[in-house]
Amino acid sequence: MVYKLAMTIYKEMLLLKRDLGGLVILFVMPLMLIITVTLIQDASFKSMDDLNIPILLVDNDHGEISKTVKEDLNKNGNFQVISQLKGKIINEEMAREAVFKGEYQLAIILPQDLSTDLNSKVQRNVERIMQSMEVNDSNKAEQKKEVNERSVKLYFDPASQISFRNTVKNSIDKLITNIEKEKVYQGFQESLGISDFAIQDENFISYQVIGPDLKSEEEILPNSVQHNVPAWSLFAIFFIIVPLSINIVKEKGQGTQIRLITNPVPHFVLIAGKTITYLIICMLQFMLMLLIGLFLFPYMGLPKLELQGTFLMLFIVTLFSGLAAVGLGILLGTIAKTQEQAAPFAATFVVILAAIGGIWVPVFAMPKIMQSVSRISPMNWGLDAYYDVLLRKAGFGQIALELLLLFSFFLITVLVALFYDKKKRAV
Amino acid sequence: MGSKAIIIQNLSKKYRNAESFSVSNLTLEINRNEIFGLLGPNGAGKTTLISMLCGLIKPTSGKFIIEGFSYEKNAVDIKKMIGVVPQEYALYPTLTAKENLMYFGSMFGIKGKELKTKVQEALEHVGLDKFADKQIHTFSGGMKRRVNILAGVLHQPSVLFLDEPTVGVDVQSKNVIIDYLKALNQQGTTIVYTSHHLSEAQDFCTQITIMDKGEILTSGTPKHLIESVPNANNLEDVFVSITGKALRDGL
Repeated sequence: MVYKLAMTIYKEMLLLKRDLGGLVILFVMPLMLIITVTLIQDASFKSMDDLNIPILLVDNDHGEISKTVKEDLNKNGNFQVISQLKGKIINEEMAREAVFKGEYQLAIILPQDLSTDLNSKVQRNVERIMQSMEVNDSNKAEQKKEVNERSVKLYFDPASQISFRNTVKNSIDKLITNIEKEKVYQGFQESLGISDFAIQDENFISYQVIGPDLKSEEEILPNSVQHNVPAWSLFAIFFIIVPLSINIVKEKGQGTQIRLITNPVPHFVLIAGKTITYLIICMLQFMLMLLIGLFLFPYMGLPKLELQGTFLMLFIVTLFSGLAAVGLGILLGTIAKTQEQAAPFAATFVVILAAIGGIWVPVFAMPKIMQSVSRISPMNWGLDAYYDVLLRKAGFGQIALELLLLFSFFLITVLVALFYDKKKRAV
Repeated sequence: MGSKAIIIQNLSKKYRNAESFSVSNLTLEINRNEIFGLLGPNGAGKTTLISMLCGLIKPTSGKFIIEGFSYEKNAVDIKKMIGVVPQEYALYPTLTAKENLMYFGSMFGIKGKELKTKVQEALEHVGLDKFADKQIHTFSGGMKRRVNILAGVLHQPSVLFLDEPTVGVDVQSKNVIIDYLKALNQQGTTIVYTSHHLSEAQDFCTQITIMDKGEILTSGTPKHLIESVPNANNLEDVFVSITGKALRDGL
């Protein structure tokens, strides 16, 4: 039995070795995917400080606020402020046109007299407070005219993402709030006649983000590499259902399956031969992805994959994910009658599984119904287990459920395939 | 049982959703060391009968025994004793002739040096030893047919089932194949053979059964069958006389 199994594995290896298209699907495509997607997604995982997005600023204010906004935007590195286009000072019309054409992501229009009006508003409020405390001349506040609300216009490229818009709005809002706060302090100082009092304007509350790796000196920060290596490894692993299902359909078509059925070898040995062969492929795919994350990505300006002693656990997750993928491939190959059925269906099915499994969009960001659907996707179980190990520092006990689900999926798909095959031959 | 390689009793097969039986209440005995030709027009039930004997499909009713064993009780024993050569080239196109034979030979438990020797000898026997390391997809139809047969006989089966083993090959390849099969038969292998080449069957077979619509129409030696039909000069005359001239197209 062991000899027949070993010979079947050797045969499957030879078949794979000579199938250039299959090897491309198994190794080259996932590599291209992981490199491309990680490079693209890297920006969305970086803080805003690293982006330095060019934006247009239309300054109709020419006051203290516009000066501060310009300085702060340039200084903090989020944005590169542009006030002139082709040697001309930008006006609102020019800015709108450039943004709506997609040439720039954003234009900020500061209204006329924004600084003056903000000063007046602050001064008026300070004097009202002083008046209520009977510290000031009671008529002074009433002499100030009412100041209407002012709006800073933000033009966004229609293609820009909501998250980007919100981030920008929050950044500008924070800038203006800070200016307003300083003005309030200044107003009080002036009203109280204090000139030599240094205001402590540092933030009183600071934020401390605590990850699961608090004991370790090197905390693993979520980044594109930490997310993409496991996610796209899983995608690659499940992509083996394409060559595997084609392999099984070919055996049916070319008659070798008939020969094997009439040979004194149990069907499960043939299935086990394929399972072990394609599991080895899964492990190789994963190792390749790890090597890319560890050694190639740092040379491409991407963060290095941080394993921090999780290799064995990742290996176990890969093994069980591979089993689930092999089971699915065997089932599809058994049910499909032709390569034309197997190949496009398998490829499309993997993409659907990846989508509902949270490979592209995190499950928490999905609509509720899709969140429920994702719970029945084997890719989601695998991805959860990978994230548990790599990002949440989970032990074996914490990923046991996912491993059990993946193994059950393998058993069920193989048993259904065996049952279907037996039923089909009892025509 | 004694000298009988195969005993078939009241064997029937009706496919799911089919209107009629493909094999109907068929009873037949095949002697050991016979070259048994199973002839009939398209749709006669030859392939269905052989598929049941090879264990590929299950009978609807009836039973059969191969070398004293039945599939219900001794499926593995039967599989060890029979060799199957399907009509299609049941080989892996991207494996070499040697790799294909090594693999299929290993499925019968043949190992190591014995396997290598058997593969080498078999390839020499059919004139393919020079092409042992060439991939099957580079072979001509005749070369593929020869390897196809070798893959079914490496383990020296007691009973060999051949479904149209010479279809689509040139005369030279056909002669090599027939000679090889005759040599196997002389070594003690019972051969059950289907073909549409009636002159080939007339020369090759020691016993012939003509069947149609799932039933046996006649059986006997080629000589006996020719003599039994008035004005028949060869097996083709017998065949047309018994099965008629009507076309057997159908879905």
